[in-house]
Amino acid sequence: MIHFMRLRWLYFLLSALVIVPGFISLVMFGLKPSVDFTGGTELQIALGKPALAEEVKNAFGEKLAIDELSFLPNGDVSVRAKPIDNAAKDEALGELRKTFPDAKESKFETLGPTLGKELLVKTLIAMLLSAGGITLYVAYRFSELKYGVCAVLAMFHDTFVLFGVFSLLGHFMGVEVDVLFVTAVLTILSFSVHDTIVVYDRIRELRHAQRGMRYEDLVDLAVTETLSRSMNNSMTIIFMLFVLWLFGGSSMQWFVFALLIGTVTGTYSSTFAAAPLLVVWDEMAKKRRKV
Amino acid sequence: MTSTKPPIKTLIFVMVITALCTFVALPKEVPVRFALGSWKVDYTYMRPIIDLTQWKIPFQRDLELKMGLDIQGGTRVTLDADMSAIPQADRQTAFTSAKEVISRRVDMFGVSESSVKTSFNGSQYRIIAELPGVTDAAKAVELIGTTAQLDFREESTESAKPVPVKKGETPPPQNPFDNFKTTGLTGKELKRSTVQFSQQTGQPVVSLEFNDQGTKMFGEITRRSVGKRVGIFLDEIPVTAPVVNEPIETGTAQISGGFSVEAAKQLSIQLNAGALPVPIKVVQQETIGASLGRDAVEKTAKAGGIGIILVAVFMVLLYGWKGVLADVALAIYAVITLAVYKLVPVTLTLPGIAGLMLSIGMAVDSNILIFERMKEELRMGKPFEVAMKLGFGRAWDSIKDANVATLFTSFILFNPFEFEFLNRSGMVRGFAFTLALGILVGLFTGIVVTRTLLRVFLTNPDEMNDGIVSRLLSKVKKGKNV
Repeated sequence: MIHFMRLRWLYFLLSALVIVPGFISLVMFGLKPSVDFTGGTELQIALGKPALAEEVKNAFGEKLAIDELSFLPNGDVSVRAKPIDNAAKDEALGELRKTFPDAKESKFETLGPTLGKELLVKTLIAMLLSAGGITLYVAYRFSELKYGVCAVLAMFHDTFVLFGVFSLLGHFMGVEVDVLFVTAVLTILSFSVHDTIVVYDRIRELRHAQRGMRYEDLVDLAVTETLSRSMNNSMTIIFMLFVLWLFGGSSMQWFVFALLIGTVTGTYSSTFAAAPLLVVWDEMAKKRRKV
Repeated sequence: MTSTKPPIKTLIFVMVITALCTFVALPKEVPVRFALGSWKVDYTYMRPIIDLTQWKIPFQRDLELKMGLDIQGGTRVTLDADMSAIPQADRQTAFTSAKEVISRRVDMFGVSESSVKTSFNGSQYRIIAELPGVTDAAKAVELIGTTAQLDFREESTESAKPVPVKKGETPPPQNPFDNFKTTGLTGKELKRSTVQFSQQTGQPVVSLEFNDQGTKMFGEITRRSVGKRVGIFLDEIPVTAPVVNEPIETGTAQISGGFSVEAAKQLSIQLNAGALPVPIKVVQQETIGASLGRDAVEKTAKAGGIGIILVAVFMVLLYGWKGVLADVALAIYAVITLAVYKLVPVTLTLPGIAGLMLSIGMAVDSNILIFERMKEELRMGKPFEVAMKLGFGRAWDSIKDANVATLFTSFILFNPFEFEFLNRSGMVRGFAFTLALGILVGLFTGIVVTRTLLRVFLTNPDEMNDGIVSRLLSKVKKGKNV
């Protein structure tokens, strides 16, 4: 048995080191919403010849109020603008073709902004609902409230890590959050709870098998015994995601990256957040009983 | 603890299921060509399609894997229906009709896998049309994004002008509706249409109710057209052309003619589309370039393949013979999942693939949990047989709880009860659905397939040995302790 829980404050510190900067970034810069949420027009064009961003901007002239212009890995240029309709788009493309005769549209998207908000709010409600449901379910299955609460706390831990990292990425590297990011968050929430329950299950079992053992030791034993499965399992997922990240399509790249971060933090939090939280909860409950 | 007989019956059951699912999961055509000495085989396997409609069961599947808009490319148009001018009582009828009109127009595209959905929350009525493979968004919007036009036309007295035909040529087929001319009476003058039942015959009839202006105009038209037909056109396409029996001056007309209830309803919906025209506005149009999607899909599929092979190798390296069994179980899992996708059918989208990947991860996890547990029980000195059984049972407890929690989340995300405050469409739902499906299949393969494989093919302690990597790792650990 390894005495993991002795160092529990170190784990919390480590978590804080990741979460606090992310949280500050989240408050200061927020997330960089993609066209999915802001509403607007995204136009991707194959120019047919290499060009500088400035040249493309000038080529559009007055026809398109460009918010942002970037080049994609496949050479296409991606243009963000206020929402425009088809006629306006064709006009803008016509203007562009005066300079770039071979320009070809490869993607045109116009999004009403309310759609994004609607989806976000509803997904948030769904998340809170399922957090509540999981708390109750875990508390019921493990016959103590603290298991439910700590499992969900670990889940929020992972959510904050993910949001924080993407807020930082958004600010410094221009990475945007889109609907796929929302999907990644949902995936990681499920994964986090799944992983935590496996660790808790061992505590539950040892609780019966090793009566009279100190709670901290109990948790230590459970963590020691589940560590190899946690590592093996996460390694398979990380393998998979890493390959997808390296070789997958560019439109999936940040999505896969989000899953990768989530898997790492999800695995970490089951052992180093969800389990020590139980110990802290247990200590505090004992202190209160003494007082 | 005396059941030492390997469960051959269950094994056969697993094999049958796997074989059936493989047939469904295979691509449409598989060429089978090989030579064994002088025995040559050259044969193409054609996957059957399932069609139970001939036995009056409404179940028909072509067993193709359906690709969503984000994978296949295409156009999605979201339309906002403006209900402000429609009286509250008629709104639902008007909305149904508006959807019907859009569906009709979408059908004219002749796109397979197109879908028209409606979403309604409180005050917002929306119609979402998805047209996979259609890349000309402008044309799509032009075609489906306009308000329905209904008008009444009368049969012209003079027969249609004969088209001059040169000798030796067959005359072009004549459209029987060519000789209808517009009357000026449109959907605006029609108040509503309902399905009623004739008091004389008990048959369903479609009744029309006009406003004052319409009553006057319809009276004039019917007076002129007794014995002739009046054509009703929706978006320039004839819907019906009943024969006028007598002048109708009361403002209510009935179309009878041996309708089934379904047909009468359908006609009434189409008429209402004109009677209660809902102004629709395009709020969102998305064109996803097919090339972009195809490129992403190919790359991702390739990467996914490499990833799966790596995971399979990893399992063997870690768990040896057990790892091989786990890989077999995972292959069966994949085949069953693919078959279920084709049978439901599930439309595969990128979030859907995420859900699938997560569920694969959890299925792998089940195997790892079971193996680790068995190893522990053995380490505690339990006899082989007992260790197998206990290990499986104990692992199962945690697998169950973990999967139920995930199922719960996917249930809320899928929102089967259509609660208004939760998502009722789109990507999140696709994710939730494949996740839930993946977990259910995973639970099945975990408890049936993996267990049976272990019981049949893992019968002596030597086979419990770990893979090469684990043995090396444990040697390193032991070395440290010394």
